[in-house]
Amino acid sequence: MPISPAADRGRQLYQEHNCVACHQFYGLGGYMGPDLTNVISNRGAAYARAFMAAGTQAMPNFNLRDEELDALVAYLEFVDKTGTYPPENFEVKWYGVVAQEDDPR
Amino acid sequence: MNTQQQDLLGLRFMRLGMLALSAGLLVGVIGGFQFLFPEFLRELLFTKTRPLHVSLVVAWIFLAAIGGIYFYLPRQRKLKLASYRAVSWHYWIFVVTGLAIIASFLAGKFGGREYLEYPVALSIPIFLSWIIFGVNYFRTVRKEREPWPVYYWMWGTGIVFFFITYLEAYLWVIPYFRDNMVREIMVQWKAYGALTGSWNMLVYGTALYVATRIAGDDKPARSKLAFSLFFLGLFNLMFGWAHHTYLVPSLPWIRTFAYAVSMTELLILGKILWDWRASLESWQKNRYCSAYRFLYAADIWIFINLILALIISVPAWNLYTHGTHITVAHAMGSTIGINTMILLASVYYVLREELPQKVRDGCAGQVTLGFWLANISLGVFFLALIAAGVGKFMYDGPSFQEMMASIRPFLLLFAVSGIGLMVGLWIVLWHAYRLMGTILAADRPVDVKLGLPVGAD
Ligand code: HEC
Ligand code: HEM
Repeated sequence: MPISPAADRGRQLYQEHNCVACHQFYGLGGYMGPDLTNVISNRGAAYARAFMAAGTQAMPNFNLRDEELDALVAYLEFVDKTGTYPPENFEVKWYGVVAQEDDPR
Repeated sequence: MNTQQQDLLGLRFMRLGMLALSAGLLVGVIGGFQFLFPEFLRELLFTKTRPLHVSLVVAWIFLAAIGGIYFYLPRQRKLKLASYRAVSWHYWIFVVTGLAIIASFLAGKFGGREYLEYPVALSIPIFLSWIIFGVNYFRTVRKEREPWPVYYWMWGTGIVFFFITYLEAYLWVIPYFRDNMVREIMVQWKAYGALTGSWNMLVYGTALYVATRIAGDDKPARSKLAFSLFFLGLFNLMFGWAHHTYLVPSLPWIRTFAYAVSMTELLILGKILWDWRASLESWQKNRYCSAYRFLYAADIWIFINLILALIISVPAWNLYTHGTHITVAHAMGSTIGINTMILLASVYYVLREELPQKVRDGCAGQVTLGFWLANISLGVFFLALIAAGVGKFMYDGPSFQEMMASIRPFLLLFAVSGIGLMVGLWIVLWHAYRLMGTILAADRPVDVKLGLPVGAD
C-alpha cells in the first residue's frame, strides 16, 4: 500500500520529534509510552489527536499546528492498516513457532 | 611521531571510549529517573536522553574494540600498521562526527531511525571512517606470515559486516523501502540485529585475543571450537537477526528459521572462556588479576544472558516479552555484562603489560571495589528490568498509565541500581583512564631542559 502525501508528512514529523524514543510500532521503540500501531482502531482518531495536541504529564506538548496534527493522524491511520499488534488471531505450533492471521500467504 | 608513539595510537581510542562511557552512564541514569518523574530535567527530554545514552555507550564499545585492534597488531603481534596517518584520520573523524551527533541531539535535531536518530548527513563520515579502518586493517593483517588466528577473522568480518549492515540500516532513505511499513520494519530490524552481530565479532575477537595472551598460549585461538564460534557468529550475522522481527507479519518459515539459528553462538563463547579459566595457573590469574576478573564476570554474564535470550527466542514466549522491559534487560544485560566486561578486561590487560612497575600482581583495591559494585548493581538492575517486563505483560487492563503505576517499584529499583552501576564503572574507568594517560605521557619525546615530556601538564 503506497503512502499518501499527508501520511508521508506525518512520518517526517514523527521522525523530527523523535516520537520513537517513547513509542513503539510493532513493539519496536522506546518504552516510556504505549505502542501506537493500532491506536486508531483501538481508540479512534479523535482520541489520538487529543493526546498529540495537548500532551500529558508524561508526554510533552509539541505545540503542533492543526495541519501537523492532521498529518500525524494520517500517518497513524496508515500504520494502523498495515497489521495488528499485538497479534490477536494466532496459532502456536507444537514446536513453539507462532503463525499469525496477518502473515502473507 | 616516532614508532613508539604510533604504536600507542590505539590507546587514544580506548581513552576516548572511556570518556564516552562515563558520560553515557550519566545520561542513562537521567533517563532512568525520567521514567519515574517526567518533569525531571524537562529541558533534556527523554527524546534526547535516550539516543544520547545509546549512542555514547555504543561509541564506547566501538572505540574500545577498535583501539585494541590498532594497539595489539603493531605492539604485540609486531605487524606494523599499513598506514598510521589513516589511524589519525579515523580518530579525528570519530571525534568530530561524535561531537556533531551529540550537538544535534542536544539541539533536538533528529533525522534518522531509532538508534541512528541523528541527521542522515552525519552517516557519511561514519561510512568513510569504516572504509579507512577496513582498508588499513586488511592491508596490515595481510602481512601476517602464520595462518590467521581466529581473532583476525573475527575482526575482519566484524569490520566488513558493520559496513554492509550500516548501509542496510539506511535503505529506508529509498522510497521503495519506506513506502511499505512492514518491509521497512523488517529491513530495519534485520539490519540492527546484524549490526549488533558485527560489533559482537569485534568484541568476541578481543576476548579471545586477551584470553590467549593471558594464558600465553595461542592454541585456543586456533582450535576447532574457536573456529566453530566464528562460523556460527557469521551465520547468526547473516540469519540470526530474525528474532527481532517475530511480531511483524511475515512468512512463518522465517520465524522458524530464526528460532533455530539464534543463540548457539553465546553458548560456544561461554564454553571457550570456561575451558580457558580451567586451564590457567594461579600465577597467571594473579598476574593479570583485573583482566582475569573482568573476563570471568563476562563468562558468568554470558550464561545468565543466554538463559534469558533462549527464553525470549521461543516465538510463543516472545509474543509476551516483546515490547516490554525484558527486551531492555536483554539489550543492556548483554552490552554491559558481556561486551563492556570483555572490553574492560582488554583495557586492564594493556595496563598490566605496559606498566609493569606501576600495576603489580593482584588486584588494586579501588578496582576491586568498582568491580563488585558494578556487578552486584548490574544483577539488581537486570532483575528489576525483567520484573518490570513481567509486570507489563501480566497487566490486563486498558490503561497504560495504570500499568506503568503498577510497575513503578521495579522502575525505581532499576533507576537506583543504575546509580550503583554508574558509580562502580566510574571507579574502574577513572583508575584506568589515569594510568593509560601515564603510558601516553611517558612516551612523548622528553624536553631536555625541563626533563618533562613535551606538552605534559
Ligand atoms: C517523553 C515521552 C513521549 C514522547 C516523546 C511522545 N510521547 Fe506520546 N505518549 C507518551 C505517554 C507516556 C503516553 C501515555 C499517556 C500518559 O501516560 O500520559 C503517550 C500517549 C500518546 C498517544 C495516545 C496513545 C494511547 O494509546 O493512549 C498518542 C497518539 C501519542 N502519544 C502520540 C505521540 C506522537 C505522535 C509523538 C511525537 C510527536 C509522541 N507521542 C511523543 C509519551 C511520549
Ligand atoms: C555500560 C553501561 C550501559 C550500556 C552498554 C547500556 C546500553 C543500552 C542499550 C543498548 C539500550 C537500548 C535498549 C533497547 O532499546 O532495548 C539502553 C537503553 C536504556 N538504558 Fe542503558 N546502558 C548502560 C547503562 C545504563 C545505566 C547505568 C542506566 C541507568 C538507569 C541506563 C538506562 C537506560 C534507559 C532508561 C534506557 C531506555 C530504555 C527504554 O527505551 O525504555 N543504562 N541502554
